[in-house]
Amino acid sequence: MIALAPLASPTLDRTASIAVELDDVTFGYDRARPVLSGITMSIPRGQVVAIMGGSGCGKTTILRLIGGQLRPQTGRVLVGGRSVPDLDREALYAMRREIGMLFQFGALFTDMTVFENVAFPLREHTELSEDLIRDLVLMKLNGVGLRGSAGLKPSELSGGMARRVALARAIALDPMLVLYDEPFAGLDPISLGVVGQLIRQLNDALGITSVVVTHDVYESLKIVDYLYFVSGGRIVAQGTPDEVRASRDPFVRQFVDGEADGPVPFHVKSASLAEEFALDAR
Amino acid sequence: MPASAIADGLRRIGGGTRRAVARLGFAARFAVAVVLHSPEGLRRLRLTLREIYFAGVLSLVIILVSGLFVGMVLALQGYDVLQRYGASESLGVMVALSLLRELGPVVAGLLFASRAGSAITAEIGLMKATEQLSAMEMMAVDPLARVVAPRFWGGVISMPLLAALFSTLGVYGAYLVGVKLIGLDAGAFWGNMQAGVDFREDVVNGIIKSFVFGVIVSLIAVFEGYDAKPTAEGVSTATTRTVVGSSLTILAADFVLTVFMFRGVGA
Repeated sequence: MIALAPLASPTLDRTASIAVELDDVTFGYDRARPVLSGITMSIPRGQVVAIMGGSGCGKTTILRLIGGQLRPQTGRVLVGGRSVPDLDREALYAMRREIGMLFQFGALFTDMTVFENVAFPLREHTELSEDLIRDLVLMKLNGVGLRGSAGLKPSELSGGMARRVALARAIALDPMLVLYDEPFAGLDPISLGVVGQLIRQLNDALGITSVVVTHDVYESLKIVDYLYFVSGGRIVAQGTPDEVRASRDPFVRQFVDGEADGPVPFHVKSASLAEEFALDAR
Repeated sequence: MPASAIADGLRRIGGGTRRAVARLGFAARFAVAVVLHSPEGLRRLRLTLREIYFAGVLSLVIILVSGLFVGMVLALQGYDVLQRYGASESLGVMVALSLLRELGPVVAGLLFASRAGSAITAEIGLMKATEQLSAMEMMAVDPLARVVAPRFWGGVISMPLLAALFSTLGVYGAYLVGVKLIGLDAGAFWGNMQAGVDFREDVVNGIIKSFVFGVIVSLIAVFEGYDAKPTAEGVSTATTRTVVGSSLTILAADFVLTVFMFRGVGA
């Protein structure tokens, strides 16, 4: 993989030691029910950091706050030294040209071929010639092992291949930051290993920073530098993979060992059994 | 009826009204945003041409076949009535006026809503459900300019052309039935039509109507798709809303336009 200079004019500080910073962030779709409370995290440049937690715990919301699709109610969100909520539309779009995002199921454009999908950001944001775009797209596809599938439509790809194409598209403009939303969801073990390795290799080869939102513990522990555990909209644990493996924290143990009951209860909040079945009245 | 039930009923009506007004407001803001993003979208003409192909060219079969049959049926029914009063030579002008003033724009608009409007809504709704619109936003590409505006203008441009073709095939269908099948004089058929149809009053007003219907269908279609809930049920509901909403709005708008355009009719 050949690392190229950024194709879009940079607006973010690519030399900042902290690529992404969230400081006491609170967010909710209404004031009464916060989705995230007091989230503070700091993601150093060049690292792969995982945000883990059960479904609906607010992991993807964190990605959307970083990408500027949502604005926090309180707190600060900084990317490359710039405060994301304070950016106007033009500045936000300029920032996004330096951020790649891989969506849960790839979100490839179904009316375009694999080649056109990867070429899309290049055609939208650069004035490169078609010959150069062709070479760049084939290089990106080669990086994810799919140069031979350039002419296929997304409907002709397996889940793992679609995820790899989306990854090639996410790095098309040589971003400083790539956000991954559940990159391992629904993949077979081989595809899962391939995508995991690609995340690590691309991060190191291109000198980017990666934020991976996932609930796949074992794959994450293999590839990431640091992990945050989110539950009920709060960070409940954090550490390096070794610290996580050795942790006695009940939440971390329940999550890592896949136990049904624990700090995250098996039963959702409900009336007591005695009340539900009117046992006292019998 | 207990007071609490009345209060609940009033609350539901109030809530429903508030939601409907809020959605109408959102639709109005959306329409303004589409227009404001149009220059950006139209700059890449290729995108709009592609949408004209999907909305217009691919609707040709249903529009042409329907136009032909509507014209033939109009001729059969019209001849039956006109010949009772010895006015069968007025068949051509009767069919032409019916098609140009009303049936062309209205029926083509209803067919366009079913064929192209529903497809536009389903496509945008599915793009939303599969996060393609979010992916575009995260790639710093505005979906309003890249996806919505070309589809809107593709529909607006296609609709008057389709209505014109509908009317043309309708007139030809009437000619086949009136002249070739029934045996009316071709000269009287075309001559009376030429004398009875006014270009400004009938043809231009018909084109204006079809343009307005094109705006209505296209706007409702792109809005419903953009506003669809990102689920299978949400897209299905949005598609239905496009067809029903567009059809009812076309019929209501047709009445209003007719009142303004053909004020001399009732005099």
